[in-house]
Amino acid sequence: MNKIFLVIKREYLARVKKKSFLLATLLTPLIFPTILGLFLWIAMSERDSESLRIIEVIDESNQFRLESSGQYAFSFSDRDREEAKEMVKSGERYGALYIPPIDLEKPLGIVYYSEKNPSMTLIGNLESALKRKIEEIRLYNSGIDPEVISGLRTSVNIRAITLDNAGEEKMTNAMVNYALGFITGILIYMFIFIYGNQIMQGVIEEKSSRIIEILVSSLRPFQLMTGKIIGIGAVGLTQFLIWIILISAISTLVMGYFGMQMPQQQALELANPEAGKMMEASTTDMGQYMQVIQDINFVKLVLTFIFYFIGGYLLYGAFFAAIGAAVDTPSDAQQFMFPVTIPLLVAYFGLFIFVLDDPNSNISFWLSIIPFTSPIAMMGRASYGVPFFDLALSMGLLIIGFLFTTWLAGKIYRIGILVHGTKVNYRTLWRWVKTA
Amino acid sequence: MSNILEVQSLFKYYGDKAALNDVSLAVPKGKVFGLLGPNGAGKTTLIRIINQIIDADSGEIRIKGEKLKADHIKLIGYLPEERGLYKKMKVGEQLLYFAQLKGLSNSEAKKKVRAWMDKLEIWEWREKRIEDLSKGMAQKIQFIATVIHEPELLILDEPFSGFDPVNAELIKNEILELKQKGVSVILSTHRMESVELLCDHIAMINKSRKVLDGSIVDIRQQSKTNLYHLKIYSQASTFPPTWQRVEGNFGYDKFLIQLNGHTTNQVIEEAIRFGDILGFEEVIPSIGDIFIQRAKDTDHE
Repeated sequence: MNKIFLVIKREYLARVKKKSFLLATLLTPLIFPTILGLFLWIAMSERDSESLRIIEVIDESNQFRLESSGQYAFSFSDRDREEAKEMVKSGERYGALYIPPIDLEKPLGIVYYSEKNPSMTLIGNLESALKRKIEEIRLYNSGIDPEVISGLRTSVNIRAITLDNAGEEKMTNAMVNYALGFITGILIYMFIFIYGNQIMQGVIEEKSSRIIEILVSSLRPFQLMTGKIIGIGAVGLTQFLIWIILISAISTLVMGYFGMQMPQQQALELANPEAGKMMEASTTDMGQYMQVIQDINFVKLVLTFIFYFIGGYLLYGAFFAAIGAAVDTPSDAQQFMFPVTIPLLVAYFGLFIFVLDDPNSNISFWLSIIPFTSPIAMMGRASYGVPFFDLALSMGLLIIGFLFTTWLAGKIYRIGILVHGTKVNYRTLWRWVKTA
Repeated sequence: MSNILEVQSLFKYYGDKAALNDVSLAVPKGKVFGLLGPNGAGKTTLIRIINQIIDADSGEIRIKGEKLKADHIKLIGYLPEERGLYKKMKVGEQLLYFAQLKGLSNSEAKKKVRAWMDKLEIWEWREKRIEDLSKGMAQKIQFIATVIHEPELLILDEPFSGFDPVNAELIKNEILELKQKGVSVILSTHRMESVELLCDHIAMINKSRKVLDGSIVDIRQQSKTNLYHLKIYSQASTFPPTWQRVEGNFGYDKFLIQLNGHTTNQVIEEAIRFGDILGFEEVIPSIGDIFIQRAKDTDHE
C-alpha cells in the first residue's frame, strides 16, 4: 500500500512540477473565452460591415409580397428570369428568387439563383417565409381576414415542469439540460483520452528506457500500474479543479464588469417583491434559464459527474496502461487503440444522437448502463434527472467494470512490460491473459 | 558455511519451451558467485524468479533459510541487464525514490543517498536531470540505485556491459569492497574474463540446465588436462613423436606434451638432451575454455 502511494506521489509530482502543466492549466481557461470572444467579434463586425443583400424576386403570379428582414431585402419588379440572372451574375443583386405561377396546394418549381452557394439558413428562411405566405393566402382564400390572421399570430413559450414523487414541481428547460449534459459528457470524453494517453506514454517511457525491471524488482507490477493510473488521474483532477476555480473567478469578474442582469434582478426582487414576481412570471428567456438553473440539483449533478469522471477514467485507464505495456513505441500502439476508441466514439455519438435527444428511450437506457459507454452517456441523462434505480445499476456496473478491466489489463501489463522487440498482436495478448 | 540463497529444482516453461529445467544451486554467504552461460540459457529467467518479478512453475527458493516472500525484496539489490533511469527526474530525487521503493523510510533514504553520493563524489549533481548527465555519470547513479538500501545479496546481470572501462573498474572495486563487508554477490555474465578475477564460486547454465557448479579452484582442478607447454632452444631437427609442435619461428620451439603416466621430472630429463629449456609450464584451462568445452559437451547430449 505504501509503495502504491510512493508511485502515486512520483507520478503526480513529476507532472505537476513541469512547466507545460502550469502553462496548460493557466492558459486553457483563457483560451476558450478568447476563442469565443473572437468568433463573436468577427461575427459582429461582419454583420456591421456587410451591406444589405438584395434579392430580386420574380413573382409570376404576383401574390408573394415577402417582407424584408435583417440583412436581406427583397426587390420586386417586372423583370423576367433571364434579366434577373444577369443581375446576379453582374453582382448587382445578391440572389434571385423565381416563383412560377404555382398551384397553392402543391407549390413546385420555385428556384433560387445566386453566384455563391447559398447558406442553409438563407434557404431555410426563404422556405419558411414562403410557407407562411402560402398559408396566409390559403386562409385568405377560404375567407379569413388578414387582420385576423396577424392578430392570431402569437409567440408561444412552453414552460416544462416535472413532477417528482415528493410533490415538488421543478421547472425544466431542455436547452439548459441539453447544454449541461453536452458539456459534462464531452468533458469526460476528453479527460479519458487526454489522461489515458498520458498513462500510455508513461508506461512506454518506463518500458523503453528500461527502468521497468528495476521497478518491478522493488514492487509488484500491479502496484506500479494502479499507482500510475491514480497518480495521473490526480493530476487531471487537480487541473480541472484549478480550471473550475479560474473560470468561475473570470466569469464573475466579467459579469461584474458588464453589470449583467443577475445582480440587478436580485436587487430588484429585494427592493420590490411584486416586481420580482413579475420578473419570474415573465417569459423572457434569461429569467427562465435562471429559474431552471436554480431548480437543478447541482450537488447531485456534480457528485454524479465526479463519479463518472473517475469511474470512466479508471475503466479506460487500465486499457491504456495495458496497451503501453504491450508495445515498444507510441507508433506501435495504434493497432491496439481500436478497442478503446470504438466504445468511446459510440458513447460520444450516442450522447448526441440518442441520449440528449431523448434521455428516456431504450437505447439511451442501455448506453447509460453498459460500463463502456455509461460514463459519457449517463451524463446526458443525469442533467435531465435519472430514476434512482437506473443510476444505481449503472454505477454498480461501472465499478464492476473498472475492477474487471484493471484485472484484465494487469495480466497483460505484467508480461508486456518485460517483453522487448517482439511483434505483439491480439493473439499474443490473449495468450498473456491466459498464462498470467 | 551457511548459504544466503538456495535454489531447489526450479522449473520454468514459456509455452512448450523450457527456460529452466531442474536447476538447483546454493550461493554461499559473503562470496561472489558467478552465474555463467550463453545468451538465452536461462540466467535472466532464474534471476527474475529470485527477484520475484516472475513466478517459477515449480521448485523452491530459500533466502537465509526462509522461503521466498515479498519482504525479501529489501535484502536484494538488483542491477538488471536492461537498465535505465527516469530521464526527466533529478538525480537526488531519483535515488530517493528507488531507496524508498525498497522499503527505506524517508529520513533513512535521504541519509543513504547523501552518503553514497559523497562516496562517489557526485553530491553536486543532485539537482541535475539524468538527461543532462553523460552516460558514464548515469552509470554511477545506476549502480548507487542498486546498492542504496544496503542489500545483503547483490544480483548483477551483465554488470560490465555498457559500462566504460573506467566505470567498470570502479564498479569492480565497489563489488570487492562490498564483499569485504560480507555482502554476497551473484554475478551473471557470458563474458568469462571478468569472472576469473572476481568469483569464488561458479555455476554454469546451458540450454536451461545447470551443467557445472563448484568453487573456481575445484573446477580448475577437475578440468586438469595433464598437458604441459615446453619451450626449448634446440639445434635438433627431429623430436619425439609424442611432442606436438605448437610454434617454432622465433628462435625457439614450443611443444605441447602429454604426461602419459610419466612425471614432470622425467619429461624434463628427456627434454634436456635436445637443447636448452626456456620454459616448462602446465596448461591450465581458463574458465572460458572450460565453459566452451562444457557447452559443446552438453550440446551433443
